[in-house]
Amino acid sequence: MNTTTSIEEIKPPITNVGVIGWLRQHLFNGIFNSIATVLILVLLIRVIPQFFQWAFIDSVWFSSGQECHQAKGACWSVITQNIRFNVFGYFPYEEQWRPLVAMIMLVGMLIYSRDWNRWNKKLGYAWIFALFVMGLLMKGGLFGLVPVESTKWSGLPLTLLLSFFGILASYPLGVVLALGRQSNMPVIKSFCVVYIEMIRGVPLITMLFMSTVMFPLFLPEGVTIDKVLRAQAAIILFTAAYIAEVVRGGLQAMDKGQYEAAESLGLNYFQMMRKIILPQALKIVIPPTVGILISAFKDTSLVVIIALYDILNTTKSILSEPEWTGFSTEAYIFIAMIYYICCFSMSQYSRRIEKQLEYKNTPPQQTS
Amino acid sequence: MSTEQASSQPQAKDEQPIIEIIEMHKWFDDFHVLKDINLKVMPQEKIVVCGPSGSGKSTVIRCINRLEEHQRGKIIVNGTELTRDLKNIERVRTEVGMVFQHFNLFPHLTILENLTVGPIWVRKTPKKEAEELARHYLEIVRIPEQANKYPGQISGGQQQRVAIARSLCMKPKIMLFDEPTSALDPEMIKEVLDVMVDLAREGMTMIVVSHEMGFAKTVADRVIFMDFGEIVEENDPYEFFDNPQHERTQLFLSQIL
Repeated sequence: MNTTTSIEEIKPPITNVGVIGWLRQHLFNGIFNSIATVLILVLLIRVIPQFFQWAFIDSVWFSSGQECHQAKGACWSVITQNIRFNVFGYFPYEEQWRPLVAMIMLVGMLIYSRDWNRWNKKLGYAWIFALFVMGLLMKGGLFGLVPVESTKWSGLPLTLLLSFFGILASYPLGVVLALGRQSNMPVIKSFCVVYIEMIRGVPLITMLFMSTVMFPLFLPEGVTIDKVLRAQAAIILFTAAYIAEVVRGGLQAMDKGQYEAAESLGLNYFQMMRKIILPQALKIVIPPTVGILISAFKDTSLVVIIALYDILNTTKSILSEPEWTGFSTEAYIFIAMIYYICCFSMSQYSRRIEKQLEYKNTPPQQTS
Repeated sequence: MSTEQASSQPQAKDEQPIIEIIEMHKWFDDFHVLKDINLKVMPQEKIVVCGPSGSGKSTVIRCINRLEEHQRGKIIVNGTELTRDLKNIERVRTEVGMVFQHFNLFPHLTILENLTVGPIWVRKTPKKEAEELARHYLEIVRIPEQANKYPGQISGGQQQRVAIARSLCMKPKIMLFDEPTSALDPEMIKEVLDVMVDLAREGMTMIVVSHEMGFAKTVADRVIFMDFGEIVEENDPYEFFDNPQHERTQLFLSQIL
């Protein structure tokens, strides 16, 4: 007997902890869940080995299309043999290192900038410089680089370009529109309402169509605006309207007292919005905002409709070659993985931001 | 029912009132919330406003820094008349501090940042100086050790004291208190009232919407009773609580005491 401590520490019952406890709690807590667990297990057992067989054991990786047609498993050759066209599309073959370097720069800059403690003037200049270099690499025409028409920009670089600038520009524009919609000034307010409601009433495809087909009709003769730029503008204007509505939700969720406190300190409208209201409102709406940005990223694939060759469209044209027809599963799995990596990093990043912005809320006692 | 007796104005008569409300009316849509309000407040005067809920007492003080707009009459604060002119409104707001029932601290900023945001952005005080100022006022409200916490981490009474300090950092000439203790747990009311008493003794001009009788008796020069959007009675605190003149005042006091 232990005499020094009156109360012996008792371990929790074995059924509540460890593997058995976990299984009980998560997989077999109740009849319905137990049945679901068993069913899903059966399904997995039937599907996974088959998929594994198809994807890895019977598969061909570096063969021609003919050999592929004889193979039983997956034909990954459709990707490996066409990778350069798939990723870079119609960008001149010898110059494809240029978009590659540009993409690596973009991704590198994004990864470096992910932590906002690093955001300072220097980084701003670095971005301006990097964007200039990327533009130069894509466009050429200086320093002995062969000029490349923007109509030849295609594949993954085009997708990244459209979505990067689409997101970058539509977010602030959306915030401004949301503030405008809340404005007391009738002209600004009605402009924003009409804009937002009109854009939200139209599918993105229509906007893209209008930007390519109708918009040029209104331009004076001889004036042309780059097709990629027009598609880019359509994406920005479209996404901004949705962002605006989400941000408006955040603004409305704000306690009126926050506005009053800021006003009674004598802050003017812009100071109040910038220092007090927007930091809180935008934080509230991070999850839906990121949802919209992710779907904007995926929606760039709609530029197919105006004959821009983004990565989805280059895949399609590979599949339309007789040698490679019938291997759409493999090709699309590859594209899906690229999209998934991008979207998943975005949502992970947003969760990280949310965590960082969480208010320190561990009060000793708090009155409401 | 305006009471214009200059019964209890302790300050020198030749001084200009710092707040002057003349025949002020206010409507919320069709509802006539404030009816013919007349009020003169001399510098350094302390006024406690009480009355049943919905009597318009908060609305009156919210009109003084234009959180609410009045529709008729005049409000002149520190020589500036409140009109639609945004410049005037901003000028008045920098001179008038306000403390709210629900504190309204900025939850995304630390206590120190809550205090410095006004001086830095409105008064254009350099950051270092603003922080010294903030720490000074945190001493005055007796919580210098909380400077780097967030509002969510401190108690209600502490939050309200921070809110008072936040207003004081703007070095206002007038402080308005809108039921500063009614959202607080009983044991925290005193710590906030103590700070307010100190402030009153320093000579701040104060208008306090409150039912704290003890506070009114300690510091108030006048108590104003409002009901149905009118000023019903106005008297010095002892007279007011011990010997109410008006029937409605008597009824109200019998209910709260």
